[in-house]
Amino acid sequence: MSGFDISVILHALPFLAKGLGLSLALTAVAMIGGLALGLVIAVIRLSRFRFPAMLAALYVNGFRAVPLILVIFWFYFLVPLLLGRPVGALYSVLIAFVMFEGAYYSEIIRAGLKSVRPGQWQAAQASGMTYLQTIRLVVLPQALRKMAPLMVTQGVVLFQDTSLVYVVSLHDFMTSASIVANTQNRIVELYVFAAFVYFAICTTGSVLAQRLSSGRRHAY
Amino acid sequence: MNYAWNWSVLFQAPYLGWLGQGIAMTMMVSIAAWIIALTLGTLIGILHSGASGALRLVTGCYINVFRNVPLLLQMFLWFFVVPELLPKAAGTWLKRDLPHPEVVTAIVALGLFTASRVAVQVAAGIAAVPRGQSMAAYASGLSTLQRYKLVLLPQAFRIVVPPMTSEFLTIFKNSSIALSIGVYELTAQTQQIQSFTYQGFEAFTAATVTYMTIALIVTALMTVIERRIAIAGPLARG
Repeated sequence: MSGFDISVILHALPFLAKGLGLSLALTAVAMIGGLALGLVIAVIRLSRFRFPAMLAALYVNGFRAVPLILVIFWFYFLVPLLLGRPVGALYSVLIAFVMFEGAYYSEIIRAGLKSVRPGQWQAAQASGMTYLQTIRLVVLPQALRKMAPLMVTQGVVLFQDTSLVYVVSLHDFMTSASIVANTQNRIVELYVFAAFVYFAICTTGSVLAQRLSSGRRHAY
Repeated sequence: MNYAWNWSVLFQAPYLGWLGQGIAMTMMVSIAAWIIALTLGTLIGILHSGASGALRLVTGCYINVFRNVPLLLQMFLWFFVVPELLPKAAGTWLKRDLPHPEVVTAIVALGLFTASRVAVQVAAGIAAVPRGQSMAAYASGLSTLQRYKLVLLPQAFRIVVPPMTSEFLTIFKNSSIALSIGVYELTAQTQQIQSFTYQGFEAFTAATVTYMTIALIVTALMTVIERRIAIAGPLARG
């Protein structure tokens, strides 16, 4: 190996930046979609309707038992089959991530909702609120403060997980770095650089999560 | 939806064999990595909870670095980058003479990655032991080693069993990432069956059912362990 050649990285910077853009976009869509889906699942699981609650539990435990790569393969294969036409890797992957993250976010949200004191639930019910009103107006605003740090932490995990789209050759940051590494034959530079970028972004996220959780403690 | 079902493909040669090999590889990689993770992670967790500022800094760095870089990239770093950075003889040995380099690399990478997660749990477990226990140990004249061995760790280990169960489950799932460096574990084998036979449904169902079975077995096993080691009487924790 002949020295650390930084010019390769500088040359490839626009290409890498595009990859990073896709990684961040994937993270954002999966996070927003996952939170929305997770909220619905959590609310169903905590409701008094036994059968839907059971199905929701089955969904969560099912997705949590299998690796994300397998889920990506599943949807990569299933989505075109169900739609009857090829849709490209991106859409399959987006659906896979939203469904998968929904299971994880629902656990965070469920724990958050359950952590609100029973008195709050009972008082809301006593004032004549429906189940959904209770969640929306009383429980969720209180639970949100407790859930925020965990949601950010899960977001960091999710950002790292987007690197797995490598297996279906979507050009995210990881795959872009790998492409440059192999075409320019500069494996060491590119992978070390990629590690630094991931580390910097994830550390920022982790610090934010810590701030949020210590800020919460001061608030009370 | 047009799909020609053919479940029998799972029971034909060579596909049944591929599945079996995949399951064996997933188990082997996961368990070997778990042994590394548990040993190293416990050690790092204990050091991280200690009084020494320097040790806390070093172990904190380990934890942060390994937790904030994607596992896929860590596998690539160990597999492609480390042999280049080592002295030439060692690098060549890693690339040429080491038997099954991809499997060994996957085990090491997965083990070191999971160690950082185990360390966090162990440190949190030690921190969760009531402070009075540590003070009482000091007051009774126990040395630091004795304090950990006789008072803190026996209690901390019981506290961390539930989070460890989830880490142990995660390692089986994370072992699938080893396919990116060419380890033919369960997910890779089913993907291969899919591309050979176009029976994706059957192949991925087989993998899904296997991962779920592993999860059920691990959960059952850990519940038994948790019950066995529980402290009876007034010390028992909720």
